[in-house]
Amino acid sequence: MTRASEAPVGLFHRELLFVTGKGGVGKTTVAAALAQLGAEQGKRVLACDIDATGGLGAMFESGPTRFTPSQVAPGIWVMSMDTEASLREYLKVNLRIPVTGRIGPLARAFDFVATAAPGVREILTVGKLCWEVRERHFDLVVVDAPASGHVVGQLGAPQAINDLVKVGQIRSQTDWMIEILSNPERTGVVPVTTPEEMPVSETLELTDRIARETSASVVAVVVNRVLPELFTTREEEVFEQLRTPSRTAVISAVLGGDASPVLEAARLAVSMRRARALHLQRLEARLDPAVPMLLVPYLFTRVGGLRSTRQVASALVDELGL
Amino acid sequence: MTIPSPPPRPSLDRLLASKEIAITCGPGGVGKTTVAAATAVMAACHHGGKVLVLTVDPARRLADALGLAGIGNAERRILPEWFKEAGVTPRGELWAAMLDTQASWDALIERHAPDVRTREEILRNPLYRNISGRFVQSHDYIAMERLFEIHSTGAYDLIVVDTPPSRHALDFLDAPRRMAEFFSSRLLRWLIVPYRSKVITMASRPFQQVADRVLGTQFLTDISEFFILFQSMHAGFIERAEAVVRLLGERRTTFVVVSTLESTPLAEAELFSEELLRRHLHLGAVVLNRTLPDYLRDPEALATASALEDRAEEVATRLDTDPALTAPLLREVAESFINFSLVARREAEQRDELAQTPEVVASAPAFAHDIASLSGLFALGETIWH
Repeated sequence: MTRASEAPVGLFHRELLFVTGKGGVGKTTVAAALAQLGAEQGKRVLACDIDATGGLGAMFESGPTRFTPSQVAPGIWVMSMDTEASLREYLKVNLRIPVTGRIGPLARAFDFVATAAPGVREILTVGKLCWEVRERHFDLVVVDAPASGHVVGQLGAPQAINDLVKVGQIRSQTDWMIEILSNPERTGVVPVTTPEEMPVSETLELTDRIARETSASVVAVVVNRVLPELFTTREEEVFEQLRTPSRTAVISAVLGGDASPVLEAARLAVSMRRARALHLQRLEARLDPAVPMLLVPYLFTRVGGLRSTRQVASALVDELGL
Repeated sequence: MTIPSPPPRPSLDRLLASKEIAITCGPGGVGKTTVAAATAVMAACHHGGKVLVLTVDPARRLADALGLAGIGNAERRILPEWFKEAGVTPRGELWAAMLDTQASWDALIERHAPDVRTREEILRNPLYRNISGRFVQSHDYIAMERLFEIHSTGAYDLIVVDTPPSRHALDFLDAPRRMAEFFSSRLLRWLIVPYRSKVITMASRPFQQVADRVLGTQFLTDISEFFILFQSMHAGFIERAEAVVRLLGERRTTFVVVSTLESTPLAEAELFSEELLRRHLHLGAVVLNRTLPDYLRDPEALATASALEDRAEEVATRLDTDPALTAPLLREVAESFINFSLVARREAEQRDELAQTPEVVASAPAFAHDIASLSGLFALGETIWH
C-alpha cells in the first residue's frame, strides 16, 4: 500500500491545525512554517503560541506576543495563549460581565478553579481557539500546541467537560467546540517528530491516543531533521576502502594534513543517518497509510528566526507539491 | 613537611557520594530519562548500597532503556544477571520504579482519608477520577509526593528522580505548595459553605450566581461534595506538602540539569538553573547530552576538509579506487565534515557562554545508536561519571 502524498482535504483548506510533538523536535519552527505557507496561499492566518514562551514570535523575529493577536508578517498574526485573559474574554462576551476593574479577586478565583480542576485551563485554551474559528476572524488558525501528552488533554477537554457537566451554559458551549474539533475537514492534528527512537515511539503512541481518546484526526506527520544520505551502497564500499590506513595516508600526504578525522566524521554521519533511517522505516510501517509523511531535512545552519522558518517552509512546499 | 594533595576534581561521582536525592530536570527531548538511568546505574556500580531510579515520564522510556518492559508503580530490582550481561559487577543494588499517577493518587487518598466511607466516596466521585487520571498536570504533584514517600521509608541510599515533562520545567517544584494553598483557600470555603449549611453568605453570593450560570447547579454540587470530602484531609495534605518542599531544599538533595547544546533547550536549561539558584536549591551538575566529538572542531582537520573539497579530483587520481566514484565521494565526505564542524563549533560556543556553571559540568557524546540496554546506559554513564 502506498502512502498518501496529501490528505483528501488539503492541509491548508482546514481552519484549525494543532502542531504538536515532543519537546526539542522543532515543533515551533514547523508551526511557523505552516503559518507562513498558509499566508502564501492567500489566507489570513492566526498562529497561537500555547506555552507562551515567545518561541513562535521569535520564528518571525517579532517582539513579544500577547493574548491580543499582533500582525508579524503579511497575512500572519501571532498570539500567546493566556487562560486568564481567555476567561475574561469569555465572561465578557458570553455573560456580559465586564471584568475590567477589580481583576484581583477574579484572578484568585481563576487560579483556584484551575488548580482544582485542571481541565478548566484546557477548555479555556481550546475554547478560545475554536471561538476564533467559529467567528471566522481568520481563515486558518495554526496552534503551536504543547508536547504530545498535553494536547490529548486539550483536544479531549470539551468532551471531558461534557461528561461532567450535564446542564448549564458551559454544556451548550462545549457542543459546538466538539463539532469543530471532530470535523476532519475543519480541524487537523499535525504531529512533528524527528527520526529518532523516542520521538518516533511517542508519535505513534500519540496518534493511537488521539484516535482512541479524542474525536480529532491526524492529517499529516512532519519528520524534521532528516539527515542527508551521504553514499549509495557502491559509494560506501569505496568509502570503506579509503578508510584503510594506507589509502588514508595517501590522502593525507596529498593534502598536507591528517585526513583521518575527516573520514571519521563521515563514518559518524553515516551511522547516525543509518540509525535514523531505521526509525523512519518504523514510523512508515506503523503509521496509517492515509496520513501523509512530510520530510524536512536537517539544517546545519543556525536554527531559529525567519531564515529557518523559510527553509522549513520551502522543504514543506516540495513535500506537499504546492 | 607534607605537601597537601590537590583537592579531587569535582565529578558526578563525588557529588552523588554525599547525596540522598538527585533530581534530574531540564527541557524535554534532551535525554533526561536516559541520563537519570545512567546516573543510577553508575551510582549502583561505584557507590554500592541501594539505588533507586524513579521515572515519572508518562512515556515508558526508562523501561525501554533498561530493557525492562512493564515496570510499575512498585519499585523493582534490576536483576544482577542484567549487569552480568552488560559485563559489569555492581557493588550495590539498582532498583527502578515508574510513576503510575492514578495508582499513586488512590494510595494517597487511602492514607489521608479519615475513615473508610470518606475514602470510598472520594474514590467514586466522578470529579476525582477526572482530575487524577485525565489531566496531566496532576503528575507534578504526585511525583513529588511519591518521592517523599519513598525517601521517608529510608530504604534507599540514593534516589535518582526523573522529572515529568511539564509546560514549564519548574511546575513540579511548585506543585506541593500549590496543593497546600489550594486547601487553605478562602474560595474553597465559599464554594463549600452554601452546600454544607444551606446558608449563602453575602460574600459568596455573587460568586455562586456566576458559577451557577456558567457551570450549572449539578456540576457545582459535584464539585462541592468533592471538596467537602477533600477538606477532611486538609491538615494531612498541607503538612505533607510542606515536608516535601523542605526535603527539596535540604543538603542531601541536589539537582542535575540536563540539556543538549542546541540553542532552544539550552536557553530553557539556563532559565532553569537560574530559578534553582533563586530558590536556594542545590544546583549540583549540568549534564550536556549528545555533544559532537572534539575532532570536529580541530582547525587543522577543518583546513584538511576544505582542501579535500577543493582538490577532490587530484586526490582521487592518486588513489587506486575507481576515480569516477572516488572524486564525488571525497567531495561529499569533505562537505559533510564542514557541515558537522559548523554544528560542533556552534555547540562549543553555546557551552562557553553558559552563565550558570555549577561545580560539575559533564558532557556525553552523541551515540550513533539509541540507548536501549544496560550496557548502553553504562557506556553513557562512563562518559559523565568521573
